[in-house]
Amino acid sequence: MLSGVFSLLSALLLITLDAVDVAFTEAAVGAGISIVLMLSTLTLTSRREKKSKNSNLIPLMIVIITGVTLTYGTLDMPNFGAADTPSQIHVAREYIKRTPEDIHIPNIVTAVLGSYRGYDTLGETAVIFTAGIGVLLILGRLSLRPRRRAKKIEKVL
Amino acid sequence: MINWEFIIGHLNYWFFIVLMMTGLYIVIAKGNLVKKVVGLNIFQTSVFMFYISIGKVIGGTAPIFPVDMKIDNNIVYSNPLPHVLILTAIVVGVATTSLALALIVRIREEYGTIEEDEIFIIEHELDSSNKTPNTYKENGHF
Repeated sequence: MLSGVFSLLSALLLITLDAVDVAFTEAAVGAGISIVLMLSTLTLTSRREKKSKNSNLIPLMIVIITGVTLTYGTLDMPNFGAADTPSQIHVAREYIKRTPEDIHIPNIVTAVLGSYRGYDTLGETAVIFTAGIGVLLILGRLSLRPRRRAKKIEKVL
Repeated sequence: MINWEFIIGHLNYWFFIVLMMTGLYIVIAKGNLVKKVVGLNIFQTSVFMFYISIGKVIGGTAPIFPVDMKIDNNIVYSNPLPHVLILTAIVVGVATTSLALALIVRIREEYGTIEEDEIFIIEHELDSSNKTPNTYKENGHF
């Protein structure tokens, strides 16, 4: 599926941008788990899309206006890869300098994720746990549930 | 101010805006719910790339020290903080995607369709056929 190819390509782009950890995650999660979920959803629902009757003009207008506004916003941004931007000279240098002294592990991303920002990661796992419970509650006992609504819909139609 | 260097330096932002608007267009214009989720995924991937591209330093390398921790002070590392942020965001994104897909499966189960237009029509007809509040009780529905 094209979406998987897209995830894999974006993972490659992330590697060229020096974000190897993110690329690993994107390849495993985006190109792996997401696609499995997407394909299983398509198997459980329908594969063909029906043609929409709505006109495409209004969405196109909204998208173009938003895009132009965002492009205008980038004019103040620093050039790509510049070393003297606020994002590089603010706290990032401190993290790079202190990681070997504080945490004693080579990977700075891991150090920040697991130690400096450990509570955030805990919150992240809480989010995943909640989503898992949500999916289980929505889909649990899928075949055993009586189809109340479906009968009603048949009556209406 | 607008010269060749400026254009090259901002091309990355513009690419990601185009990608983001593609995702936004799919979310707004397509009626199929699965396609809407795909559009959302494209949208969020473009935001990820945008953040990572902010953290990149030209001539820099991935923010990982040598294993023996002999750190050469002349090596430039890319900014690790956007990486951490996006690492979290990717995982949370998959959680929301799975929840959305589960909802779509459930909608399909109830309505027999995942097209937005048809769901609206069915909802409208259900509303007009159940005008009196007692209908639910008589039919044994909740």
